[in-house]
Amino acid sequence: MTSPGLFDSAAPEGTAPSTTRRTRSAKKQSTPASDAASTPAASGGATKESPRRGANAEQLAERQREISVAEFFTKNRHLLGFDSPLKALLTAIKEAVDNSLDACEEAGVLPEISVEITPTENESRFRIAVEDNGPGIIKDQVGKIFGKLLYGSKFHKLSQTRGQQGIGIAAAGMYGQLTTGKPMRILSRPGKGARAREFVLSIDTAKNRPEIHREQEIQWDHGSGTRVELELEAKYQKGLRSVDMYLKQTAIANPHLTLHYTDPGAEKVSYARVSNELPPETIEIKPHPHGVELGMLINMLKNTEAKSLVAFLQEEFSRVGPKVAKDIIAAAGKGLSDKSYPTRIAREEASALHEAIQKTRIMAPSTDCIAPIGEALVLAGLKKEIEADFYAAITRPPAVYRGNPFQVEVGIAYGKPGGVGLELTEEGRIKKTKAQIATEDLVAGADEPVRVLRFANRVPLLHQQSACSITKAITQTNWRSYGLQHPRGALPIGPMALLVHIASVWVPFTSESKEAIASYEEIVKEVRLGLQECGRKLGTYIRKGKKLQSEFSKRSFIEKYIPHIGIALQDILDLDDAERDGTVATLEDVLHRSRKL
Amino acid sequence: MAKKAAKKATKKAAGFQVDKVVVKRTAALDERDTKTLGLIKHTAERVRNTILKHSLPELKFPVRSLANVEYDVKKGYFELGKGRKARALSVNTVRTFAQTLRLMAVSKEMVENDDFATKREAYYVSKNWGDAKFNDQPESDTVLDDIEALASLEGLSREHLRYRPEEHGGALAGELVVIDRDRTTGQEIRIDCARMGTGAYTIPSSVEHLRFETKARFILAIETGGMFERLNQHNFWRSANCILISMGGVPSRAQRRFIRRLCEEKKLPVYCFVDCDPYGIGNIYRTLKVGSGNAAHINRLFCVPEARFLGVTPQDIIDFKLEDATHKLLEVDIKRAKDALKNDPFFQAHKPWQQAIEQLLKMGVRAEQQALAKWGLNFVLEEYLPRKLADPDSFLP
Repeated sequence: MTSPGLFDSAAPEGTAPSTTRRTRSAKKQSTPASDAASTPAASGGATKESPRRGANAEQLAERQREISVAEFFTKNRHLLGFDSPLKALLTAIKEAVDNSLDACEEAGVLPEISVEITPTENESRFRIAVEDNGPGIIKDQVGKIFGKLLYGSKFHKLSQTRGQQGIGIAAAGMYGQLTTGKPMRILSRPGKGARAREFVLSIDTAKNRPEIHREQEIQWDHGSGTRVELELEAKYQKGLRSVDMYLKQTAIANPHLTLHYTDPGAEKVSYARVSNELPPETIEIKPHPHGVELGMLINMLKNTEAKSLVAFLQEEFSRVGPKVAKDIIAAAGKGLSDKSYPTRIAREEASALHEAIQKTRIMAPSTDCIAPIGEALVLAGLKKEIEADFYAAITRPPAVYRGNPFQVEVGIAYGKPGGVGLELTEEGRIKKTKAQIATEDLVAGADEPVRVLRFANRVPLLHQQSACSITKAITQTNWRSYGLQHPRGALPIGPMALLVHIASVWVPFTSESKEAIASYEEIVKEVRLGLQECGRKLGTYIRKGKKLQSEFSKRSFIEKYIPHIGIALQDILDLDDAERDGTVATLEDVLHRSRKL
Repeated sequence: MAKKAAKKATKKAAGFQVDKVVVKRTAALDERDTKTLGLIKHTAERVRNTILKHSLPELKFPVRSLANVEYDVKKGYFELGKGRKARALSVNTVRTFAQTLRLMAVSKEMVENDDFATKREAYYVSKNWGDAKFNDQPESDTVLDDIEALASLEGLSREHLRYRPEEHGGALAGELVVIDRDRTTGQEIRIDCARMGTGAYTIPSSVEHLRFETKARFILAIETGGMFERLNQHNFWRSANCILISMGGVPSRAQRRFIRRLCEEKKLPVYCFVDCDPYGIGNIYRTLKVGSGNAAHINRLFCVPEARFLGVTPQDIIDFKLEDATHKLLEVDIKRAKDALKNDPFFQAHKPWQQAIEQLLKMGVRAEQQALAKWGLNFVLEEYLPRKLADPDSFLP
């Protein structure tokens, strides 16, 4: 569930140190799930006590790598989202929930997840527990998954999953351990027939390996699934960047999820699923040639099993057939031919090859590796959790940045419940709608900047909003033409929640803490197009509302004076009160019918 | 407590007992009253029937603006053109629509009770209308002018609707008997304007019911009260056998109507004696003769087409050597004079007036009636008026 990749996650495609790269290529040959453990485990196991002096370069390198995992974490926790007690709580829960969701989906189970935060005697410490109905974890894997950094299944494949960088739950456990000294407690039942087991474990930070304190079979009144408990130094607060908000947004982006949440005050909230269908299964894809950098290409050439260049291109990349492969080779020149032996291609030739790849027209990567939420479910998710007057959703067609397919979805929830508070009846009258209870919700106030709900592969992004390409795209869109106020270079103003979801096999985050999406031109453009499409629908709605509002004030102005016409007619024509009221009522009716809207 | 109150009461001075005034009509409705009531009822009925037919009602009024004013020299007054504006019920019109009908209802009540309201009073009456009340008097005046324009098409005036302007001027002296009636009894009252002692008769605000007996030869309409006083003091009306009327600036409608009826019924020429400046010529005289541009709907009844301009003319300044008793024309005067030449259909229709105004502009000065006092306080009645009246044909049209 968690995975390696701490160091190379910023540039996973190719600029990483070659050690990791080797790991990667080695793993390519193994089947993902069960064998995934073997390589890191092996390297982990290689940490023999070697003499400090007289160590050869290789031994030294091994040791340095082991130490740096722990040191890197303790010194750089901010990169991983543990920089403040407030954020640490959120990150820990987020990692656990993300993992649970990925596990359930991979197993084909409709997820039902419980999150509990309980206060401890120490005010600055909380105990969190996340429980799912997923496939559970077999006995041998529990230790590695929870007790070892850089261990998992998702990093080395190009497919759309929530977790992708492999910081994971182990990091949360390590944080808890560092701040409270307490181990994690794991309960897991791998399948209904299996026995549940309890594990109490901590991480040997120096060696990056699990230290299991207790392991036993227990009675657990629960189907298959996993429960993680850990205590950590944290701070609980409500608000836009709170755990509460993260869970609520998670429920929006995952309409198939049922979520139970118990906050530190023992308040319980449940988010029921609105869809009984799991997101479609996504397939793993090979890298697209246009997304490959030179270093990565050289590595791939070195490690391939293909015996000819033409075969290499076709086997290792997606969207490369015989013709495209030949075109690339021809364009590269430098004496390269179809039959050139890949492992013998030199740097200069590889460079020419890389340039040739960029120049050659290649079909965009297949996009069935992406599973968007879908317009209908984005709408359902918004309607479920946000009370508003107007909803719109759009799913853009898939697009590609640097060879990585991605897809953008935009959703809008506009207006406080009740909207302008007016509706047009069949008789042509404008009526005030009943006031509804306004909930403390995600829709901003009428004079506040809109609330932005950012999602990457269905995971809410709560921090670093201003650094995110989604925010950039929102500020670049001309919201004035859709009837909103829009200060230059800022978010538009209005009672609106704006949902933007980016699904991709590889979401380019700006940092390992996965808080903001890097501003690739293609991504910003797609988000903008999605916003515009939704914005047009919103504009129509807002204009209609404004029209209704102005028509209403016009009519009520007219209605104010109609009784006076009645009085005057009564005085002049000596009408009785019934005749007067009849005339007034008729006139009102005539007025409402005659005014077009 | 009761004792104390009783004591106090005994100390109070005895008040005056006034019988409760009952406002009611004593005389029967006359033809014009019936016509007025008919107009109001007809208008209201049309509005109601339109509503009952499930259509939006509208009121049609003549357009009151210089653009919709025509001047026919033969008729001799400004007349409303064919321009009509419809006030259909809409956001912009509903308020005035309701106010118009309500003022018409007030008018109906006043006709029935033989009552009246000044424009100011009409404005205050509306204060009881809640949302429909007028915010200031120009607002109610505008609505009244509209109703008036509507009535004028039927030959009815504001006075028939029982709305009156605030009065000014209107003093009269001369060989004239005005036959009026007692308000309560309706009995005839004869007023001899030659027997007003050292005072003067005042033209009432409603003159339609008056009748006249006179042997005077002409009417002299005077701009200022001061000049009127001087001529009255020395019984100029007796020596000239005329009727003196003080206009006090631009003549009020009652004055214009009074002069018009007197002129028409007794075939008396009307001579106008005002200051020699663009205001005296362009506003006072022009309004008396052909009516005013922004109330063109009533001019048919409120103009004196036979009026002639006695003086003071620009030529008089030269003829009577008044150059050193003049003042420089102010900028507003010049503007007013140029505007009259350029836009006023009356002055455009009369060549002599164009020449006179151009002469005035060329001289660049204005002379008041009182400037004649340069030659002695009574020069005006001893010299000026006799010399001028000797040749009425020389008067400007």
